[in-house]
Parts: sequence; C-alpha cells; structure tokens
Amino acid sequence: MDGTGFLQREHFGELIRILAGRGYRVIGPQLRDGAIVYDDLSEVAQLPSGVIMDVQPARVHATVTQLPRYFSWANGPQALKPLLFRPVETLWQACRDDKGRLEFSAADEQEARPLAVIGVRACDLAALELQDRHFLQGEYSDPHYARRREGLLLVAVNCTHPDATCFCASTGDGPQARTGFDLVLDELDTGFIIGAGSKRGTALMEDLSLLPVREDQLAKAAVSHQAAREAQTRALPPGDLYDALAARREHPHWQAVAERCLSCGNCTSVCPTCFCSHEREQPRLDGSGSVHLREWDSCFSEGHSYITGLVIRAEPRHRYRQWLTHKLGAWHRQYGRSGCVGCGRCIAWCPVGIDLCEETAAVLGGGHD
Amino acid sequence: MTERGIPMQVEVVERVQESPTVFTLQLRLIEEAQRDAYRFDPGQFNMLYLYGVGEVPISIDGDPDRPELLQHTIREVGRVSGGLARLQPGDRLGLRGPFGRGWPMERLDGRDVLIVTGGLGCAPVLPVIARLMRQRERYRRVAILQGVKHSDDLIWRERYDEWARLPDTQVLLAADVAGPQWHGAVGLVTTLFERLDIDLANSTTMMCGPEPMMVAASRELLQRGAGEDDIWLSMERNMQCAVGHCGHCQYGEKFICRDGPVFPYREIAALFGQRGV
Amino acid sequence: MKARIGVYKFSSCDGCQLAFLNLGETLLALDELVEISYFAEAGMMDEDTPVDIAFVEGSISTAADRERIRRIRDHSGRLVTMGACATAGGLQALRNLADASAWLADVYATPEVLDSLDQALPVAEFVEVDLELWGCPVDSRQLLAAVRSLLFGVLPPPQREKLCLECKRQQAVCVMVTKGEPCMGPVTRSGCGAICPRFGRACYACYGPAESPNGSALGRRFEGLGLLPEQVARRFLFINSHADAFLEAGQRWMSGHD
Repeated sequence: MDGTGFLQREHFGELIRILAGRGYRVIGPQLRDGAIVYDDLSEVAQLPSGVIMDVQPARVHATVTQLPRYFSWANGPQALKPLLFRPVETLWQACRDDKGRLEFSAADEQEARPLAVIGVRACDLAALELQDRHFLQGEYSDPHYARRREGLLLVAVNCTHPDATCFCASTGDGPQARTGFDLVLDELDTGFIIGAGSKRGTALMEDLSLLPVREDQLAKAAVSHQAAREAQTRALPPGDLYDALAARREHPHWQAVAERCLSCGNCTSVCPTCFCSHEREQPRLDGSGSVHLREWDSCFSEGHSYITGLVIRAEPRHRYRQWLTHKLGAWHRQYGRSGCVGCGRCIAWCPVGIDLCEETAAVLGGGHD
Repeated sequence: MTERGIPMQVEVVERVQESPTVFTLQLRLIEEAQRDAYRFDPGQFNMLYLYGVGEVPISIDGDPDRPELLQHTIREVGRVSGGLARLQPGDRLGLRGPFGRGWPMERLDGRDVLIVTGGLGCAPVLPVIARLMRQRERYRRVAILQGVKHSDDLIWRERYDEWARLPDTQVLLAADVAGPQWHGAVGLVTTLFERLDIDLANSTTMMCGPEPMMVAASRELLQRGAGEDDIWLSMERNMQCAVGHCGHCQYGEKFICRDGPVFPYREIAALFGQRGV
Repeated sequence: MKARIGVYKFSSCDGCQLAFLNLGETLLALDELVEISYFAEAGMMDEDTPVDIAFVEGSISTAADRERIRRIRDHSGRLVTMGACATAGGLQALRNLADASAWLADVYATPEVLDSLDQALPVAEFVEVDLELWGCPVDSRQLLAAVRSLLFGVLPPPQREKLCLECKRQQAVCVMVTKGEPCMGPVTRSGCGAICPRFGRACYACYGPAESPNGSALGRRFEGLGLLPEQVARRFLFINSHADAFLEAGQRWMSGHD
C-alpha cells in the first residue's frame, strides 16, 4: 500500500501532541462509568488501554486487561453525533427592551477550536455521512452543525473487536473504514499502520515518526479485517425495506415489541443517525432576554407526534413502528440509503434488550438469507 | 425567501376577535428591507414567535398580492396560541418564514375549482380565494364548501355571502350540529357533494381541515371522478424547525414542513388515513 | 403592579420551600419581580392576603389542611403544587396503602386527640390545580421557569418526557446497562437534570410517572436484575406511590404477579 507508514506504539502520543499543536481540540476514547466515552484527550494514558468490552443486549461490561492495545473494543454509547449535533444547542436569542421592542441575534459560539477525533469507527463515519446529508445537503444547511463539521479532523481506527451486538458487515458500513477520514489506523500489538485519506492526513503523516510498513504487518491487518467481519453474528436484510415494512404496517409483532418497549428513547439517543430535536425557550428570570434552544428528542416520546389536542402516535407500537420503518425504509427515499449503519448501539443500550435485527426479521415474517 | 434561521421582528397592526376562541392578527415586518423582500405563496406558513414563550406554525391567510400585510387566523388552543391571543396592536413578536409548498395555483387556470374546508381549515385557503376572486376570469366554475362541528363555530359568514354573489361561484355550508338561524346543510361536509355544480373530472380540489374529514372527503371525490393528482391536501403534523431538520413532521418519507404542507393526494395516498403514522 | 406570590406549607418536610430560599442572589432578583405576600418560612405571615400565584408544598393530611387549602384556592389566581407531596401525596401517602388508624394506635398513647385523615392526598383531590411541579424536592430552575412563564401569562410547557432522554442529553452512561442498577428512569419524568444516574446511581422516581410508563416491562427487567416482585413493587410505591401509574404498577407487582 502506497503512502502508509508504521507508528510504533511508544510514539502514539505524537499524534495527540501534533494535533493539539495545530490548534485542534483533540477528542478520543476513554473508559468512564463502565463504557467507552469520547472526551478531551491530552495524553496517551487516558486511552482505554487493554480494555475489552463484553456487549450483549441491555448489558455492557468492561474488563481492563494487560493487553497492550488501545482500541480492542468496538464502540461506546456515543461517538461523533453529540460533537456535531449537540444534545442541547442554543439556536438564537431574543432581547426585549422596556418599550417592547425585540432584537434577535445568533447564538454565541463558545468553542472556536476545530475538533480532531481519534478512534472513529467505520460505522461512525457512515453515520456521519448520513448526518451530513440531513443537516447540510438539503435546501437549508444547519449553521451550527456546519461550523463544527467544517473543521472536523477524523482519525479512524479499523475495528478488530466487534461486539456481539454489531452487524456493520451486513449493512456494508464496516468493520473497515474506507472513506471519510483524514487518517486511518490499523492497530497491531506493537503499533499502528497509518494511511491518509485526505491532504490534511498526508500532511500530518509527514510530522509523525513513521517506519516503513512491513509485509507481515499488512498481512496481520488483513487477517484482522477478515476476522472482524466473520465474528459478526447479527445481520439485517439488505436493501430498501420500505415496501416490505409498509405491507406489514398492521403486523401483530409491533404490539409484541410494544409490550416490552419502555418508550424511553434510549435507542434513538444512542443511534448515530437519529436526528430529531425539539425546541424550547429559556427566558431569563427578569424577562429581559430569552434563549431559544434545540434539544435531542425522540420519536418514542409523546410530544414528538403531538398536534393540538391529539397525539398521532399515542400507542408505543406506533412509535416503535415509526422508528423502525423510518430507519430501514423511509431513509432510502429521503437520503438514498438505510438509516442504519450496523453499530448495534440500539441493541446494547436498550434497557430491555430489544433487538433491531430480531424484530425486523420477525416483522418481515421469519428469517432472511 | 427571507431569513429562516432567526426570527424577524413584526408588529401587530390589527387584531380581530373572530369568535370566542378564534382571532386574527395582522402583522407588519418592522424592517423595511425585510418587508420589501417578503413574498408568500398561498398555502405557505410562518413560524410566529411569542417572546419568551416559543414558536408555533401558522398558515398565512392574507392576500398574496399584498404581502406587506401578513395575516394569521389562530385558534386559542395551546400555550403559545393562548399567549398570542392576548397581543394588542403595537405589540412585537418574531416571525420566520414563509415555509413550505403551497397550493398549485398554476394548475387552476381554465379549470373548475373546488375548495373543501373543515373547522378553521378555511384559513389556509383564504389566499387562494383572494386570488380567485381578483382574477375570476382565469378560472371556470368555483365551489367553496365549508363544514363546521357546530353552526356557531362558523366565522366569516359575511365573506361566504360575498363570495356567493360572484358569477359561477357556489358556496355551500354544512354543520354537524345546527343551531337556530342556520340556513346551511346539516351533516358532514361530504353531504354537500350531491349539490356540487362542477365537473370533477376537470377540476382541481384544495382541501384543508381535520384529517378524518379530509380522508372521507377525498375518497368520496375520487369515487365521483376526481383524479388523484387533482386533489390537494394541506397536512398538519408537529413542526418545530420548519426547515426539515427537527424530524417531527415526518410522514413516511415526507417532511410536511418542507415537502408540504400541501400535497397532491397521489403523493401521500399510501399513508393517508392510516392510524399512528 | 408586581405580581403577588404566596408560598404555603402543608404536610411536608419543607424541602421544596428551600428551592426558593436556596436561590441566593436569584432570590433578590425574584423579589424585584414579585411581591412575596406570604411565606411563613421566610417571615411573611399574613396567610389570608390574596395572591396572584400560590405555591403549595405538602399533602393534605388533616381536616384542617382540607379547609385551609380551599381558603387558599379562593384567594389565589393560579395555584401551583410544588413537589411530590403536594402533587402526588408524597412519602406520607404510603399510609394510604396501610391501615392508618392502626398505625396511629400503635404509635400514640392517645390517638383520638390527633387530627389525621385516613389518607394523605394530593392537593388536586381537593381544589383545582393550574400547574404541577413534580420532584422531591422540586428543582430551583424549574421553579423559576414556572414563575417566569406565569409572569408572561402562560403556563410553562408540559414536561412529561422520560428521564432517559434528559439523561442521554447529559451524556450520562446508562447505569442499568453497565451496572445492572434497577433504574426508574424509563418510567420517570424528566426535570431533575438526571442527577442520580450522572452520579452512578439508579433513579428512584422522585419526579413521578412520565407519559406512557410501561411498569410491566420495567418490572420484568428488574426481576431479571435479581429483584423480587415485592422489591419491584417498592420501587413504584415510594415517593410518588399515590400517582395513578405508579400505584397501579406497584399494586400489581405487590400482588406477586404482573
């Protein structure tokens, strides 16, 4: 492979330092509260070294081992979504003077530094592309998302340890990152094979202490790609399920899921492509100013489908049906592909372990090829 | 298209109480440049912002040929609309818009036009009627049908009388429950279809009102020979951002705020009338 | 003219009144906006002064309470219940599930001198309530937001969504999934800022039932985490035991079968 290099493990800190030195706010994975979370990263010691995750529906367990690796896990509850599409965002603010005149202004942007995220997975990159289509490529581009997206630098790490809940191989989004990154890493015990996916990435590589990549290192990486693919046991049926799901709108299985579903919205909160938000007003106590906020919302909430005097999706079965038929069906017509990238978060973080793959198969009437 | 992300400042010019719970606000953009730039299509809506309280989508029911005067007729049902109800001339509020796809005005030339509305659903078609009346010669026969739950709910009775006096214009009213002094029909708006004096096969229908009423009315019109591309419906769902981002108004693959709120029957036929979508 | 507010205490621990008293400088800002006409804990003692907004803390537990809340309702513009006791009976409503007179006889030498109703009940069972603020205690931000909205002449927006949504917006990691904690978040309304899960412990539902609570599914999950049916029931029959959804779920689990 042309343009690749090998970064020895003891030199990994260079990457963090160089990015910080170039003015980036560096974000990376860390073990916190029993899960992998992405937060400010200033040194290698913060990385989840040796962490192995056991992820099952509704159960996530972390074990810290003596393994030398930083990325021997698949993902955590969040990755890129909250960094760009913030859970709570000020959209604009209004002031009123003593004569009742109003003045509107754009929200202040507190964070001026661009973001660099280390440890992004292929599923996260696929989800990011979908969020880009939603927030940027329509007639109206969201200025808040756009501002952060513009400077975003992405260091992908190919996934070697898919969770039991993962199915990115079946959606075609992983486990190997193919596009959308500035740098891509393959982790081996002794270090990282690094490749660039952009000019910015190539420039960064020039500043790293890289060795030439050996054939046996490439071979090891290829084996791990294959193994990560084959380790996945869950799958979604391929293609556009819009018509198949529409034909089963009254399938009894929607109610069977609703008996278990808590309508808590955790699946939508952890889903890296879910984009719903509601707006809320936060006036100052003295009434002199008011902030207009946007907050993550969920199609599992009553308020989501509320119109005067009526909740359109009053029953939880309608809400689950809306989510799944949108994710696997309507997305194809809205954004040209499924809204699911196979990250498995909705399965892992559902408090009662409702399994998207199983429920889809049940609604579609049994298994699939 | 004016500013979409941040509200513009408007002033209440006039406030009319139409019924105990329905009121009309006439608004004027404060900034001259914004006033000059503002245009809307019949059927589009604005987001009205009540200071410190929040925003609400309201269809524009003024005259599209006089866009400097923005008119909104509102039923007092929620916290924002309840607060808007207390505004008086001179009060300021915020406005974003106009948003969405409106009525198919370009498809009406030389055709019969049928307007079917229920409840306050007549507000979004007022700009259509304003244009029909101003350029009456461009269109063939016009029928305006309005249904209300109770005859006392009918607002703008004198406007219906005025429209009925125009040539080749039929105005038919129906109330589910009729009080004394009611001269219209008793029953659902669909009971008026018997008396329609238009050629449904060569007509365009514009419909707005509660969804069950629109479902029943469009199915009956289809049976009576109207085409799926000739019945246009103004849909309602929760809307917060008005630019297709917040996700609340999704209807299958459609974003009602952006792809609608007005749709031809054919575009939404698969979902129309289904529960919980 | 400034709006007049009153803060009234019934059967309660006074913790919700502290949501006012602990405001610090904000309390001074509030005092600029409104006239605090009655607030015994802060020294304003004329309970019969008419007010525009009445904040009521505590449940109705005695015959005297019952008369007093009607009097307060009569001279108040808007009446707001403040906290779990006033809104849903609170902790003391646990006696509604037992034989209260037997308890009294066990504890007191001369129970006949006590003025105690058989049940501790929410304010809304006696008078019309305009706005309910849940929580044990209420959250100061919510309280101020309610004051602000009412001064604008509107009610604050309903906040019936699940705590889980607020918890995830705070980027907290789910304690039920990572630690097997029997978290009530999926049936509890938001508003507290997800304080407990953010500090690694399970929500105990002090904000009362959210919209569409699925007590059966959550209870079954708790069983899977090792709780006995009675322990599941106690998760529901706690601070908001008199709230319909929790009472119903709790009694079902208490009876041993879902």
